[in-house]
Amino acid sequence: MRHIISILMENESGALSRVAGLFSARGYNIESLTVAPTQDPSLSRMTLVTRGSEEIIEQITKQLNKLIDVVKLIDLAESFHIERELMMVKIKTTAEMRDEIRSMADIFRGKIIDVTPATYIVEMTGPSEKLDAFVAAIDPDSIIEVVRSGPTGISRGEKGLHL
Amino acid sequence: MELSGAQILVQSLIDEGVEYIFGYPGGAVLHLYDALFQQDELKHILVRHEQGATHAADGYARATGKPGVVLVTSGPGATNAVTGIATAYMDSIPMVIISGQVSLPVIGSDAFQEVDMIGITRPCVKHNYLVKDVTKLAETIKKAFYVATTGRPGPVVIDVPKDITAPNIKVPYKYPKKVSIRSYNPVVTGHKGQIKKAVDLLLSAHKPIIYSGGGVVLGEASKELTELTHALGYPITSTLMGLGAYPGTDKQFIGMLGMHGTYEANMAMHESDVIIAIGARFDDRVTGKLDLFCPYAKIIHIDIDPASISKTVRVDIPIVGDVKPVLEQMLEMIKESSKKPNKKALELWWHQIGQWQAVNCLEFDRESPLIKPQHVIEQLYEVTKGDAYVTSDVGQHQMWAAQYYPFDKPRHWINSGGLGTMGFGLPAAIGVKLAFPHADVACVTGEASIQMCIQELSTALQYKTPIKIINLNNRYMGMVRQWQEFSYESRYSHSYMDTIPEFVKLAEAYGHVGMRIDKPEEVRPALEAAFAMKDRTVFLDIMTDRTENVYPMIEAGKGHHDMKLRVALGTTTDRELA
Repeated sequence: MRHIISILMENESGALSRVAGLFSARGYNIESLTVAPTQDPSLSRMTLVTRGSEEIIEQITKQLNKLIDVVKLIDLAESFHIERELMMVKIKTTAEMRDEIRSMADIFRGKIIDVTPATYIVEMTGPSEKLDAFVAAIDPDSIIEVVRSGPTGISRGEKGLHL
Repeated sequence: MELSGAQILVQSLIDEGVEYIFGYPGGAVLHLYDALFQQDELKHILVRHEQGATHAADGYARATGKPGVVLVTSGPGATNAVTGIATAYMDSIPMVIISGQVSLPVIGSDAFQEVDMIGITRPCVKHNYLVKDVTKLAETIKKAFYVATTGRPGPVVIDVPKDITAPNIKVPYKYPKKVSIRSYNPVVTGHKGQIKKAVDLLLSAHKPIIYSGGGVVLGEASKELTELTHALGYPITSTLMGLGAYPGTDKQFIGMLGMHGTYEANMAMHESDVIIAIGARFDDRVTGKLDLFCPYAKIIHIDIDPASISKTVRVDIPIVGDVKPVLEQMLEMIKESSKKPNKKALELWWHQIGQWQAVNCLEFDRESPLIKPQHVIEQLYEVTKGDAYVTSDVGQHQMWAAQYYPFDKPRHWINSGGLGTMGFGLPAAIGVKLAFPHADVACVTGEASIQMCIQELSTALQYKTPIKIINLNNRYMGMVRQWQEFSYESRYSHSYMDTIPEFVKLAEAYGHVGMRIDKPEEVRPALEAAFAMKDRTVFLDIMTDRTENVYPMIEAGKGHHDMKLRVALGTTTDRELA
């Protein structure tokens, strides 16, 4: 099953490599990983998407908790949460295709953020599946590149991951 | 007080209470060595290879419970230390390793003797630090000792760039009395409700067994384990790492378990209905094939590391906590409980265990004209009255030492269990001897293992650490050869050495006493003579039966009930080897 593990950790150099190293050393897979400092610059928030059986996920969370730099973590998949991913797609646009791409972006609530005579860049946020659906809806030959941030997430309600 | 980084490092170690530092100088640590030269509180032990420094510090730590401290230079000094760091990591030994690093401005430029020590050691340390600011040095050292010695212990590396230790940059020094790390709060006490559940399960068992491990030694909980075991009257087995935590000569002790465990210990594990694992981690050398592991048992597991729980074997009642207070609580609840151990069931259980014990799985050919390695260990036990600190290397000799030298006290059996590092025994023995100069220290080894760190014989002379090296010389890498005999139709691929040094001459060349022993009847007198030479390191080169195997053995992929036993006494001697 897919799990989204949200980690609050010390914003120290090397902290990211400790997490990445743990996953490769123990043979766990990482589907995506995003990391950035929080409002408290001494802390970073990392969101990691992984897959595995319940036993594996339990080991992953325990092993992550063991890292000295990890302050706290939660498995977002265990509770109500909101998940978003940012994507930018660069699309080749011929004159006759431009309207179609534009309306497609509108349907998906995307924005065209850059225009050249031959290309559009569409920006879009949403759950990963929505982004997948948009990419699938575009003629693959017209896609120059797809850049995705990987999902990040936050739990609903009053609780939060903080010190 | 204003000090340079080098002085701060040395003073911090003194203020931390460090007695010995094991190390080897080099370019990146010259400022540090200069600071060491100008004081005489902290004693530096100059080894002959950095691997030796780590194993010596490790042996010191295992014997005393205090953290071992190592100082190496950057680059090759640092990489040479990695095997020893990984050895300590696998067995949860508290160590602090200070490695030199090239100066901060040149880090990343492939400078002379530069290596990414933080990156290289990341998977085999509890934590590591790169010091980037001399004003943070003392605090970092305090943190390193705190992390290394609390929770599940382990090695911590502090990588110190050369410019941090420069003599001309002085900053105020104050060694912190205490340190707290917001992201690190090891659990100490166990959950009371879980302990209560465990006690209930324990007291309702019909075929219980206590499976204790190295965590009991590390957690200083021998007394509590012994009291608990006596209060319950249950059989107890131990892992390789746990030997000595419970007296090996006690009648409730049924021997080591696992790959080379006793028949009775493994059978009792297999047939048990309740297992309490205490400070043990269900290592693959203990469990055998996981699908076949203890099919009838409910399992209680006490461990300080939550990640050890249900890592390989699902447990029914986990208790996360420091083993000592958990056992204390457990003992109290048992005493207060109206429930008592089931006497009738226990009688039947002990009767069954007695039948397994009658198999006499550790018996060997005592009439052989060749020296049986088991005989040597038995004699070693008698000559040292079971009181010696015994270090070992890795292989057959290690298993024989574990099987035939019953340890009654913790911290006396010192070996590399997790990583299985050949070369560990000799430097570890030096570390032990420094800690306990009046105790007998024996290093049980083989002619292959001893050659991996033999240069430390020179260290043993320089620091006058008279140890006794029991070299079970069978002219084979015995354990490799044994596996090749069992699993590869006796194709002994590269498990022998065509050239082996004359160890007697070698020992003499290093300034020690060498003895060669060829006949069984010479073993006892040689051991007595060796241990009588209190102030000399003695190398006993004992020519043992080349064909001897370690029994019992659970071969790879088999369960506890499926052991290979010695076929018949006396048969191994006559076997022809390729």
